[in-house]
Amino acid sequence: MEVKVNGHSMELSLQEAHIQHLMEHLQMTHRIVIVEHNGTIVPKHKYDATPIMNGDRIEIVHFVGGG
Amino acid sequence: MKSSHLQIGSHRFQSRLLLGTGKFSSFEVQQQAVKVSETQILTFAVRRMNIFDPNQPNFLEQLDLSQYSLLPNTAGASNAEEAVRIARLAQASGLCDMIKVEVIGDAKTLLPDPIETYRACEQLLKEGFTVLPYISDDVILAKRLQELGVHAIMPGASPIGAGLGLLNPHYLSFIIEQATVPVIIDAGIGTPGDAAKAMELGADGVLLNTAVAGAKDPVMMAEAMKLAVQAGRLGYDAGRIPMKRYASASSPIEGLPV
Repeated sequence: MEVKVNGHSMELSLQEAHIQHLMEHLQMTHRIVIVEHNGTIVPKHKYDATPIMNGDRIEIVHFVGGG
Repeated sequence: MKSSHLQIGSHRFQSRLLLGTGKFSSFEVQQQAVKVSETQILTFAVRRMNIFDPNQPNFLEQLDLSQYSLLPNTAGASNAEEAVRIARLAQASGLCDMIKVEVIGDAKTLLPDPIETYRACEQLLKEGFTVLPYISDDVILAKRLQELGVHAIMPGASPIGAGLGLLNPHYLSFIIEQATVPVIIDAGIGTPGDAAKAMELGADGVLLNTAVAGAKDPVMMAEAMKLAVQAGRLGYDAGRIPMKRYASASSPIEGLPV
């Protein structure tokens, strides 16, 4: 299936069907990030329980320097 | 509001200097500057992660988060809805409940949009955030926002990053005089003198970024700003002398001629 992550199209195999899998795939499980799935924020403890469907939009944001 | 500490909502701080974390030349310089500034509040922006470079270093992840309170901003938002979204994302990190509401209304001056700022504050207060709006030196907007229930007012001294200092100290003093919540002068500070002047007006704190990050020696400037904020506050608490048009001798008249 194909999903959009931070505006980029990404091909995911079937076993990568939860947010948790996506975060592992992107090597981001140890980072301070916030995930939004189709416009809804996904708390870390729900990564496992949030399935990803074809065409979903996922945003991964973090804190950067700013005033 | 004479007090030895800065109280923002349920948060209490000893330092009255808030430091932005943008535009530093390196993490090493930044870490040193943050340390010598003795700040307890650091601002951050929320941005998309670069998913192709997940191992890029991140300043926040290198901080001892037990030592600092985070004040994320909603920079990048041009309306209330975008600001609320960014604030929710920031809060979902579980690291903070304070939010600097920054809704820019014009790309050239980076001046805040008062109407969208007000709307964003209204919503974020309903959601339980500790809300600190960045505004221009608008005395009535400051009044309306504190009536709405925001936890601090953050009027700009001059445009963001301009370093022009306090362009309208008169209106800033009106905001400070009427304040029922802390007033933090945010943006436009260029020198330690500007920071001290803001504190002498009676501001409860100063938020600056470029003045330190862009200085020739950011670490030295961070220390200068720390001292300036302390000096300005002490001077305000001590109570300045009234200004007079003519001289008044410091040495006694009695005993003359010698």
